[in-house]
Amino acid sequence: MGEVIVITSGKGGVGKTTTTANLGTGLSQLGYKVAVIDADIGLRNLDVVMGLENRIVYDLVDVVEGVCRLKQALIKDKRYEGLYLLPAAQTKDKNAVSPEQIQKLCHDLKEMFDYVLVDCPAGIEQGFKNAIAGADRSIVVTTPEISAVRDADRIIGLLEAAELNDPLLIINRIKIDMVKRGDMMNIEDMIDILAIDLLGVVPDDESIVIATNKGEPAVTDKTSVAGQAYRNIAQRITGEKVPFVNMESNEGFVSRLRKILGFAK
Amino acid sequence: MDFLKFFNKDNGTSKNVAKERLKLVLVHDRTNCSPHFLDMVKGDIIKVISDYIEVDEDGLDIKITKTKRDIDDTLVPALVANIPIKKMKDKRNA
Repeated sequence: MGEVIVITSGKGGVGKTTTTANLGTGLSQLGYKVAVIDADIGLRNLDVVMGLENRIVYDLVDVVEGVCRLKQALIKDKRYEGLYLLPAAQTKDKNAVSPEQIQKLCHDLKEMFDYVLVDCPAGIEQGFKNAIAGADRSIVVTTPEISAVRDADRIIGLLEAAELNDPLLIINRIKIDMVKRGDMMNIEDMIDILAIDLLGVVPDDESIVIATNKGEPAVTDKTSVAGQAYRNIAQRITGEKVPFVNMESNEGFVSRLRKILGFAK
Repeated sequence: MDFLKFFNKDNGTSKNVAKERLKLVLVHDRTNCSPHFLDMVKGDIIKVISDYIEVDEDGLDIKITKTKRDIDDTLVPALVANIPIKKMKDKRNA
């Protein structure tokens, strides 16, 4: 019996879909059987991020409505062993499915896969409620911006209200130079405010844009720093203890001295 | 001056501004309380207190913040009012 993990954020554009694609691919590279589900009905994108847009025949709504069998709608990613995508419908809207239907779908997928990752749509309405309906665990993605952290806080409250306790945090698109200058909230600041456990930190990285352009998740690129961050997160999801890379570690002598002397907070 | 700035570079940075603004907005989000609600509370507090004390209405500050509960130190929302007193009114003469 596998595990269903929903990837959510509240705010749009913080990297839910990219995170889902990379963690799904990363987990499959660790040897697990993985299904990634695009729950953003009407605005599907996980297919293009994963480079599988040309292979869609059936979608999630077809499965729920009984137009096809679940296995017919699952697209096998030929590049990565054990990785499958269940695409969203593009022409319907999010009211085409109910939380109960998604719950049933997740239950069926858990029988077939080790990990089922659900890419949640932005917002807190029906689409969100559908996406979290069958989840066992949740991941909240945020970026170091006031708007994204604020929405993450709201989502954490809603997840806990839905009894999806202990969501884990991924901080995406952090810019180390700006953090060092004091012009961007750091990891501690955000954990402090959101009060949930950290699952991983993904640095802002051009290789993500390049990888998305090509439809090949950056997690497979050994030279990509964001890819490395996603590989670490995938391992942590499986329960492995991967130490956090201290991204602020290459600080100068004076800065270290300030810390030793207690001048820094 | 530069020397002092060097040692205190954390205080005036934009990330600290962001953090403070965020903390404040989250206190309101989490307690589901609007600025209008606070204005109403503020007005009523002034009404009650001014029977007894002459207060500086411009200097009055009322906000929702977080405070540690005495029994177990968990953070709970608290309504904090800072009310500067101009002078006490003597109720016996009123």
